Amino acid sequence: MANKLINLVNITKSYHNHVVLDDLNLYIRENEFLTLLGPSGCGKTTTLRLIGGFEQPDSGEIMFDDEDITSLAPNKRQVNTVFQKYALFTHMTIAENIAFGLKLKNKSRAYIDDKIKYALKLVNLDGFENRRPDSLSGGQQQRIAIARAIVNEPKVLLLDEPLGALDLKLRQDMQYELIRLKNELGITFIYVTHDQEEALTMSDTIVVMNQGYIQQIGTPEDIYNEPQNAFVADFIGDSNLIDSIMVEDRLVSFLDAKWKCVDEGFGSNTPVDVVIRPEDVILDAPGKGTIDGLVTHVIFKGVHYEMEVMANGFEWLVHSTIMHPVGEKVSIFVDPFNIQIMHKPESEDEEAGYVEE
Amino acid sequence: MKRFLERFYVAVIFIFLYAPIVTLIVLSFNNSRTRAKWGGFTFKWYSSLLQNHTIMDALYNTLLIALISALAATIIGTITCIALNRMQSKTKAVLLGITNIPMLNADIVTGISLMLLFISFGFRFGFNTILLAHITFNIPYVILNVMPKFKQLNPNTFEAALDLGASPVYAFFKVVFPDILPGILSGFLMAFTMSLDDFIITHFTKGAGIDTISTKVYTEVKKGIKPEMYALSTIIFITVFVLLLIINAAPVKKKKQGELQ
Amino acid sequence: MLKNKKNGWLAIPYTIWAIIFILIPLVMIFYYGLVNRNGDFTLENIAAITEPEHIKALGLSMLLSLIATLICIILAYPLAMILSKLGLKQNSFIVLIFILPMWMNFLLRTLAWQTLLEKTGVINQLLAMLHLPALNIINTPYAIVLGMVYNFLPFMVLPIYNSLIRLDQDVINAAKDLGANNLHTFTRVIFPLSLPGVISGVTMVFIPALTTFVISNLLGGSKILLIGNVIEEEFTQAGNWNLGSGLSLVMMIFILISMVISAIADKDGEGGML
Repeated sequence: MANKLINLVNITKSYHNHVVLDDLNLYIRENEFLTLLGPSGCGKTTTLRLIGGFEQPDSGEIMFDDEDITSLAPNKRQVNTVFQKYALFTHMTIAENIAFGLKLKNKSRAYIDDKIKYALKLVNLDGFENRRPDSLSGGQQQRIAIARAIVNEPKVLLLDEPLGALDLKLRQDMQYELIRLKNELGITFIYVTHDQEEALTMSDTIVVMNQGYIQQIGTPEDIYNEPQNAFVADFIGDSNLIDSIMVEDRLVSFLDAKWKCVDEGFGSNTPVDVVIRPEDVILDAPGKGTIDGLVTHVIFKGVHYEMEVMANGFEWLVHSTIMHPVGEKVSIFVDPFNIQIMHKPESEDEEAGYVEE
Repeated sequence: MKRFLERFYVAVIFIFLYAPIVTLIVLSFNNSRTRAKWGGFTFKWYSSLLQNHTIMDALYNTLLIALISALAATIIGTITCIALNRMQSKTKAVLLGITNIPMLNADIVTGISLMLLFISFGFRFGFNTILLAHITFNIPYVILNVMPKFKQLNPNTFEAALDLGASPVYAFFKVVFPDILPGILSGFLMAFTMSLDDFIITHFTKGAGIDTISTKVYTEVKKGIKPEMYALSTIIFITVFVLLLIINAAPVKKKKQGELQ
Repeated sequence: MLKNKKNGWLAIPYTIWAIIFILIPLVMIFYYGLVNRNGDFTLENIAAITEPEHIKALGLSMLLSLIATLICIILAYPLAMILSKLGLKQNSFIVLIFILPMWMNFLLRTLAWQTLLEKTGVINQLLAMLHLPALNIINTPYAIVLGMVYNFLPFMVLPIYNSLIRLDQDVINAAKDLGANNLHTFTRVIFPLSLPGVISGVTMVFIPALTTFVISNLLGGSKILLIGNVIEEEFTQAGNWNLGSGLSLVMMIFILISMVISAIADKDGEGGML
């Protein structure tokens, strides 16, 4: 793929003795849609603000096209930001908002007018030139904030939880809009969110963060199917997370049973975490699977049934289109391919956990 | 460097604002009847202050008028806010517009307009006319402070109280009142301060036989201010200063505890 | 009590109060201003503003109060900016510092400037020590302007400060993000957004300065007459209420103009002290 457009090298940042980012290394390639995903306080917004130039790292450097921009003022960077609460200029019309950056670059009147028209068309708000920001809905304000940023033809667009304030339906529409925009503009998007669904839908690359550390970098498929640790597994989608011992290559032991798997290279008798997605748990008649259990809860979820099965002291979460009533005895089977083995966290810092802001 | 300039600028403005106050405090210890020269340090004006009946009377009038007018304005203003909160926007706008008049209008106009009213309707000028005038210009300050609290109020809490069986009056005092109390208190304090500091409106609405501190100072300007006046204002200022320090220190502590939790 | 409309009657006491003590008194000024001593309708009380003595007083009032307002803006804006950047959590402290002087009597505070400004006063002694020329402004219009700035500066600082701390930091960041340097960020975003505060400050300084008679009395000696002094004398010494009311009506036109301007500029009521 393309070269490294932005490179964050050994970035550390703390506020009031609280470390927000600890020795972070991350590069962003040209033309990718990269999402920083994590719970509140994980450092994702700080990372974005460092790239935007609104914060300075305590140490480390930020490279842009192989140039050090660590201490470059925000107005001199080739990136533009779409702020969380839009940050539109309420004392200006929509057209004036969009023209703001272009006027500062002394572009001609005709050029600016063309750009305004083009940008409004791009975000599906033609004819809004003379409206005021406060007369617009949240979704419309969001589109204006995007239009205002992209007319400056930035190499990178930074988006800080831009859909956070919108309702569900609008959020889903805007996700497709953003993908379309990204493809039409052909520029790099760096997107910050705590919403795993948004991240999975839109991204080329997802960076999962927690407590100032990068937990995993990968494609949406990688992140979902092969989480590297318990935090990622737990944060992305529902999962059954079980303490286990890797007996040997391709054999893992948990809940008093031995299970076949496909992973190798963990050594023998090593403590590991096992993650199994609820849709990968197969229920069958008692005795047919690896272990037996009892159905304790059933909820109809529309697409599938969500069931809880008590088996060997663990409450399994199971998604299935076949309903097993509460009280029914079942057995549990998991395809070896769907048993994901992960290393235990090495240090306290990497321990999974939510931080409330 | 920029930081130093900023600090320096703030310091200069503060010297400008507080220099006269320091001057008055210094004068209150000046062992000389004229304010033009320094005659050595003394406490004598503080002790003679207590024997000066005209000044003590003026102080008494000032405090009593400030207290009663602030209390009356707080009660009337708060009750009015309850009504305003649920009024149709047109009536509300008219009433709030009228309320703004004494705040935005020049004090001299408010003063002479009330003077004309009292003359035309045969009021006897004195304590009562001052009091009525002060209540009038104090109510808007209370409304200004209490109204935003009503706007912030969650209407559901009052309904929840009714739902749980409280009578409207009980629900008001148990659920609504605690939320608007800060606004009521700041309204009262503002009204009290405005009343205490007022000269112009009092000047036009007082009778011949009565003085507040302000009007007393004004009549003394030509004859020369009695040094006891400096002593009195120093006492008032220092008292308020200390009180405000205490009040201001208290909520900070609470806030900090709240943050830790 | 909050939901139903039954509580309208609670506004009745104040409505009556406002009619008696706010509206009727204003009507009285109009009445007295538009009749002569015998109670006949006349415009001569209003026309009296054209008398040289009166027009001179009004002109001087306008000039001095405009200068004072301008100085207040120039002094207050940077101060409000510095204070708003401090990021103090309790802005009540800042408000307090500006309200605190009000607890020292306003007349005494203004009088204290006499002591400071006199020929042998504190300021001149300091200047002499620094071998600088003496400042002889007491009993001149300069001293009146100084008194106005001193008394009304807090009313300019507080609204500007309040509008500045309410600015969303991300709006400022957005301006920088779009390529604005510090100067452009200020002229195109910060200042326009704080304008309601400035305008509210202008009304709060201009009206009391325009109408004062105390400051001119205390610091201007007895020779400099402002429109406030003329009106005050008509009521308390000359006893010509009709003339005083007529001149007040003329003065109120200027008050009204300044209020209308501020109302137009601050539609949302975002300015204000609180």
